[in-house]
Amino acid sequence: MPQLPNTFGGWIVFIIDEYGELFLKGMANTLLIAILGTIIGFLIGLVVAIAKTIPVRKTDKAFKKIVLKILNVILSVYVEVFRGTPMMVQAMVIYYGAAQYLGLTMDPIFAGILIVSVNTGAYMAEIVRGGIISVDKGQTEGAMSIGMTHWQTMTSIVLPQAVRNIMPSIGNEFVVNIKDSSVLNVISVSELFFTAKSAAGTYLKYFEVFFIAGAIYLVLTFTVTRILRLIERRMDGPDTYVITGSQSDSMSVLKVKKRS
Amino acid sequence: MSEYIIKVSHLQKSFGENPVLNDISFDVEKGETISIIGSSGSGKSTLLRCINMLENPTDGVIEFHGRDIRNLDISVSQYRSKVGMVFQQFNLFNNKTVLENCVIGQMKVLKKSRTDSEKTARTYLERVGMLKYENAKPMQISGGQKQRAAIARALSMSPEVLLFDEPTSSLDPEMVEEVLKTMKSLAHTGLTMIVVTHEMSFARDVSDRVLFMDKGVIAEQGVPEVIFNNPENPRTKEFLSRVINK
Repeated sequence: MPQLPNTFGGWIVFIIDEYGELFLKGMANTLLIAILGTIIGFLIGLVVAIAKTIPVRKTDKAFKKIVLKILNVILSVYVEVFRGTPMMVQAMVIYYGAAQYLGLTMDPIFAGILIVSVNTGAYMAEIVRGGIISVDKGQTEGAMSIGMTHWQTMTSIVLPQAVRNIMPSIGNEFVVNIKDSSVLNVISVSELFFTAKSAAGTYLKYFEVFFIAGAIYLVLTFTVTRILRLIERRMDGPDTYVITGSQSDSMSVLKVKKRS
Repeated sequence: MSEYIIKVSHLQKSFGENPVLNDISFDVEKGETISIIGSSGSGKSTLLRCINMLENPTDGVIEFHGRDIRNLDISVSQYRSKVGMVFQQFNLFNNKTVLENCVIGQMKVLKKSRTDSEKTARTYLERVGMLKYENAKPMQISGGQKQRAAIARALSMSPEVLLFDEPTSSLDPEMVEEVLKTMKSLAHTGLTMIVVTHEMSFARDVSDRVLFMDKGVIAEQGVPEVIFNNPENPRTKEFLSRVINK
C-alpha cells in the first residue's frame, strides 16, 4: 500500500500519476465522438437544409410537389423529435432499442458517435437553414440572371456564404458536443466523464478527480474554439488585394487594404 | 423589315390582389437602347424582371426572336444567359473575386473552359475599366466599381439583350457618372439595352426610344426629343417637370 497524500495538491498529483493514462483515453474518446459527431451532424444538417429550401414553383409538376411535401414533413419530424428530447434519453432508446428489437449490440463508441451525429444533425439543419436565409436574396438573383440553375447557385454562391456565416454556431455545437458527450456514460461509453467516475470511485475522491476532469474539458473547449477562429480567418481570405499596373508604371504593384 | 428581339404583348402582372402591370405592349429592335422612366411603384422594375423571368407574368406573352419565352427550345437558364441583367444593388457574388464573378457563369452555364472564360472576362473588365481590380472581392471596392464589375459580369455571358434595373440609383452622386459613361459607350457598340432609370440625361441623350410608365401602364412612348420637349400626356408632363426641376 503506497503512502496516501493528505493535501489537495498531493491528491491531484497522486491521481494524475495513477489515472493519467485512463484520463487520456477518456479524453481521446470524448474528442473523437465530438469531432466526428459534429462533422457528420453538420453534413446531415446540410443535406436536410438543402432539401428543405428547394423552391417549389406554381409551374412544377404535381409529382415533384408531392414528393417535396412528403420529404419536408419527414425532415420536420426528424428535427422536432431529436431537438425536442434529451440526448441522454435518445442514447438509452437507440442503444437498448437496437439491442432488444434488432438483436444489434453496438460498440459503445460507435453508438456514441451515431447518437451525437443524429442529435447534432437536427440542430445543424436549422442552423444551416438560417445561414441560407441570411444570404442576401440578391445573390441568388444575380446567379439566376446569368443563367445558373438552383443547384449551381446553391453550391457555388449561397452555401459557401451561408457556411461562413454560421461558423460561430458550428463552433458552438462543437463545444456543446465536447461537454454533452458526457451523457453517453449512461450507455457505458468510456469517454472522459465515464473514466473520471471510475477513477473517483476507488479512493472516493470525487472533488479532486472531477476538478481534473473539468480542467481537461476546459482545455479541450478552449483549444477547439481557437482552432475554429483560425479556420474562420482562413475562410475570409486575405485582408488585402493587389492592383498591378498603374498609368505611369505598368509593372507597379499596389496592395490595398480591405474596407472596414 | 426590322428584327424584333423582344416583343411584349398585353402583359399583366399582379402580386396577389394587387395589379402591378396592366396591358403592357411594346417591342425592342436589335441594337436599340430603350429607357423606361416613371415614378417609383409604376411597375418599371417588375416589367424588367418579367422579361428576365425572375417574375412569372399573370397574363400576356413575352416573345424572344418571335417565340414565347415560356415555350422556347432552350432552357430557362440558357434564355437568361442571353438576356443579361444589371441590378440596382449590383448583386455581385460576395464570396468571389471580381474576375471569378465574370468567369463562373461562362464556365457553369456556357460550359466554356477556364482559359477562354478568363480571356473573355478580362476583355470586358478592361472595357469597363475594372481590369486592375480583378483580384478584389466586392467588399473591397466602391459602389461605382461594383456596378462596373457587374456590367462586365453580364457582358461576359455575351448576351443579346442587357436589362438595367436602376443601375445608378444606389450610388453616391460622384459615382453615377462613371457608370453612365460605361453604359453610354455600350449603347454605341450596338448592344440591345433596356434601361430602367431615373437619370433623365441618359434617357434623353442616349436612348433611341423612351417609355414613360405610370400606374402599371405605358402612358406614353416615343423618341426622346418628343417625350422630353413635347409630351402629349399630361402625366408625362407632370412627371418630367417634377424630376427635371428638382
